[in-house]
Amino acid sequence: MRFRLSGDQAALRAGVRELLARRFDGEALRAAVDVSGLDRELWRELGAAGFFALRVPEADGGVGLGLPEAVLVFEEAGRVLLPGPLVATHLAAGAVDGAAEGEVVVAGVDRGGLVEWLDEADVVRGDAAGAVALRSVDPLTPLHRVPGALPRAVDPVAVLLTAAEQLGTATRAGELAVQHARTREQFGQPIGAFQAVKHLCAQMLVRAETARAAVYAAAVTADPVDIAAARLLADEAAERGARDCLQVHGGMGFTWECEVQLLLKRAWVRARRGGGGAESEELLAVDLLA
Amino acid sequence: MDLAYTPEEEEFRARLREWLATVLPTLPPKPSPQDWPARRAYDLGWQRTLYDAGYAQVHWDASPTTRLIFLEETEAAGAPYVGAGFVGLLHAGPTIAAEGTPAQRDRWLPPILRGEEVWCQGFSEPDAGSDLAALRTRARRDGDDYVVTGSKIWTSHAEIADWCELLVRTGPAAPKHRGITWLAMPMSAPGVVVRPLRTLAGSAEFAEVFLDEVRVPVANRVGEENDGWRVTMVTLSFERGTAFVGEVVACRRVLGELARTARENGRWDDPVLRRRLGRTNAEFRALWRLTQWNVSEAEASGGVPGVGGSVFKLRYSHARQELYDVAAEVLGVESLDLEQPWVLDRLSSLSYTIAAGTSQIQRNIVAERILGLPKGR
Repeated sequence: MRFRLSGDQAALRAGVRELLARRFDGEALRAAVDVSGLDRELWRELGAAGFFALRVPEADGGVGLGLPEAVLVFEEAGRVLLPGPLVATHLAAGAVDGAAEGEVVVAGVDRGGLVEWLDEADVVRGDAAGAVALRSVDPLTPLHRVPGALPRAVDPVAVLLTAAEQLGTATRAGELAVQHARTREQFGQPIGAFQAVKHLCAQMLVRAETARAAVYAAAVTADPVDIAAARLLADEAAERGARDCLQVHGGMGFTWECEVQLLLKRAWVRARRGGGGAESEELLAVDLLA
Repeated sequence: MDLAYTPEEEEFRARLREWLATVLPTLPPKPSPQDWPARRAYDLGWQRTLYDAGYAQVHWDASPTTRLIFLEETEAAGAPYVGAGFVGLLHAGPTIAAEGTPAQRDRWLPPILRGEEVWCQGFSEPDAGSDLAALRTRARRDGDDYVVTGSKIWTSHAEIADWCELLVRTGPAAPKHRGITWLAMPMSAPGVVVRPLRTLAGSAEFAEVFLDEVRVPVANRVGEENDGWRVTMVTLSFERGTAFVGEVVACRRVLGELARTARENGRWDDPVLRRRLGRTNAEFRALWRLTQWNVSEAEASGGVPGVGGSVFKLRYSHARQELYDVAAEVLGVESLDLEQPWVLDRLSSLSYTIAAGTSQIQRNIVAERILGLPKGR
């Protein structure tokens, strides 16, 4: 059994991390808060790097990789809070012209009735008629709400890729908290020397690493029950991780300029995708009777 | 990244499964938990059965994945748990194998494997729990013996053990980690008194061990004098590898039983309970994947359990308590009846966030050794 990253997978992850560090660092993230709209140039670069065409077969001009690789890439996107309808466009690659290349931006109507990035989308999948703009809690995710009936069933792959993004955000939250706890001094020592702070950081790691095992395993099996489990663990790791990160940052964590608020708000948006976690819990309950 | 087993591993699993199917129906009935001599005979008998079939050494020599398969299959088949063999097979034995002299290995290892001798652990003391290195049980040299005086606590199987892996203080003036020595003490030695401790579950799973001028031959020392802390760490890291594989398999089985019971007694219709069952299922599925991840890491690093052990223990000990809290919700008022299933397990689960390193100590370990946060003053 080799349930760990292969050499190629580690290289892929390193490559994506390097690309994103170069093209979407912390400064770019904060700058993005103050401009509306998507960076289309970056979108095309993502397309050229194979972000959207990753799972499209090579015969059809794609990269020909699988779900585990897609999960690693989306985890990196989640780490840096890369904006845009990434999951919807990735899922549209091969079905919507230009999606694979990053030439068009594709939005999708989610089961919960939400549409992310509707105004920016060149193509909308699902019926977005009558969509009403919300004042989105996340400054980097414009939201619309479609009134009335719920759209079609959720694509488990969309749930899994969202879980991968949550995992990246949970990991990032832990790293930021540890970095702050090492450098911020009170009472004459780094606050990370206090057990109360240490234990917050340790729990963030425990949640993220447990979620990682669940998310990676679901990527290998592609089993809907595994995906439901991964989603619950990843949502928890991201939401509670971002909160704990905020707590470790103290007053600074409550400010607009601090990156932590963006982690938490994005985690909240993603946790609502697919109608929230209740359906996953029900699926996992029924699985126990099998 | 995959979850597939090699053809050799699958063959091992198939062979083991087949053997278990033939041997388990021939076992005697399980003894009463109160009958210590019967428990000893039963547990050692199972170890002897494993030995005769060539499975005795799986904890020591097999690859981490093979060990995972062994623990998964034996638990799934309802085979006996390691029981009285625990300390010998998973603590003292591996320590002697790693740090003992050839003569010590020849003396102590074969009886452990053959199911002939039981070991217990004399580490914790009334005033040395989480701060184990503060232990005060004293040993002074007298000719070819150490003379040991002090007391130990939380010692499982002390009533029926032949040997005790004992940590003693030999260097009272040295810094606390550098004055400790590891001894193999015969439990039959004069001056050893065992007093059972009743747990909150009502059973006598542990004992206190009082030592009054007990003579232990110097030849029973494993490692150098005052090097016992390092010798002990070899044991403790061994414990964190695949230690809970069987338990996770068992917890997942219990979870299925809970769901079926809830269906029968009508509690299933409560969406709050149902969703809590679903979430607990997610939790244990994830813990199983984390086990597979940790085993793969250990495999890649040549069998050394990684830092994943502390992460796993923190999450698992909490999840186990949650599992039996959910069981209480399924049972309703019957959860107050000790005759009902899972009620004693719920009580026992309370020890999981304390034993083998409290959750608070585990979080310190994770924060300092994995995350690199500074030690507190």
